[in-house]
Amino acid sequence: MDIPFTTKARPDTGLYNAKLGIWLFLASEVMLFGAFFSAYILLRVGADPGTWAHGLMNVPIGTFNTFVLIASSVTVVMAWAALKSRNYSLYRNCMIITIMCALGFLVVKSFEYAEKFRHYEVWMKDGSRMTGHIDYDDGGVKKHAYFWSTKTLIKKKIESISFTSDDANQWAPGQYYPPMTKEQLEHVKKYADKGPQHHAVVTIKSADIQRLSAFVPAHSTFFAIYFTMTALHGVHVLGGAIVLSYFLFRGRKMWQTDPDRFINRIEVGGLFWHFVDLVWIFLFPIMYIL
Amino acid sequence: MSLKAFHIIFVVVSMLFSLGLAGWGLHQFITLGKTTGLLFAIGGAITAVALLIYGRYFLKKLKNISYL
Repeated sequence: MDIPFTTKARPDTGLYNAKLGIWLFLASEVMLFGAFFSAYILLRVGADPGTWAHGLMNVPIGTFNTFVLIASSVTVVMAWAALKSRNYSLYRNCMIITIMCALGFLVVKSFEYAEKFRHYEVWMKDGSRMTGHIDYDDGGVKKHAYFWSTKTLIKKKIESISFTSDDANQWAPGQYYPPMTKEQLEHVKKYADKGPQHHAVVTIKSADIQRLSAFVPAHSTFFAIYFTMTALHGVHVLGGAIVLSYFLFRGRKMWQTDPDRFINRIEVGGLFWHFVDLVWIFLFPIMYIL
Repeated sequence: MSLKAFHIIFVVVSMLFSLGLAGWGLHQFITLGKTTGLLFAIGGAITAVALLIYGRYFLKKLKNISYL
C-alpha cells in the first residue's frame, strides 16, 4: 500500500504530509527552546550584581563554530537544489560537506567543554576569588586536573594546590571579575605583564579555600543554563547529522525509484537543519557576547 | 514554507548577526582598545556583505522554486 501525499500536496493543507509534519515538530521545538531562552533571561535579570559569570567564554572559538553552522546551512540548500536539477553527484558532495561541518562543530564544542572542565574558580576564606587552572604531579608527569571540587581536596587529602591564575590583563569592565586581594592581583599582574604566556602560579593551602569548583553546571547559574542549552543544542546537531548521514548513505535507492519523494525528504531534513542553526545564531550572542 | 523561504530568513538573520558581531567588535576596539575587536568588526562586516551577495545569487538561481 502506498503512503498518500508523500510527493503531492494534500488538497486541504496545500502541503505534502512530511512538510506539515516537520513544521508541527519545529513548532514544538520553538516552544522547547523558547522556554529555555525565557529561563535564561529571567535568571540573568534576577542575578545579584557581580554573580553572573559573563566573559568566561572563548569568543573566537564560538564565532568559528557559528560560521561553520552557517556554511552547513548553505551546503544543505545546495544539496537540495542539486537534486531539484537532477544532479545526484553534486547533492552527495554538498551533503558530505554539511555532515563534515556538523561533526566539526561537535568536535570543537567537545574541546570547548573539556577546557571548561579543567578551568577553575577558587573562593578563598578571606573573601577573594581567582580563576585559573590546577596542575598536579602524577608520578613525575604534570597533569591537568579535571572536575575537581572542594570535596576532591578533602577526599584526596590534598594539603595545597598549584594554581595557575588567568591573565589579569584579559579582564574588562562589565565582565565577571574575581575580586582578588591587592597582593594576589599584584602578583598575577607582575607575571601577566610579561606576556599572555606568562601566568602567575600561586600555591594555595587547602585550609585557606572555602570553595573550589571547575566551570561545570554546579559552578554557577550561568554555567548551569549554559551547559543545559548548549548540550540540548548539541544533541539536535548530532540528531540532524545522523538523519542527513542516513539520506547520504541509504538514499540512492529511493533516488532511483522515487526521486520526488527523496527530494522532499531532503527538504524536510534541510528545514530541521536550518532550525538547529538558527537556534545557535541566537544562542551564541547571549552566551558568549552580550 | 519551503526550504527556499526558510533559507532566505536564515540568510537575513545571519546577516544581522554578522552586523551585530561587527558592531560589538568595533565597540571592543574603541572602548577597550582590543585588537581582536577590530578583527571581529572587519570579519563581521565582510561576512555580512558576502551573505548579501549570496542571498541575491540564491534568489536569482532558485527563482522557479515555490516559497510554499
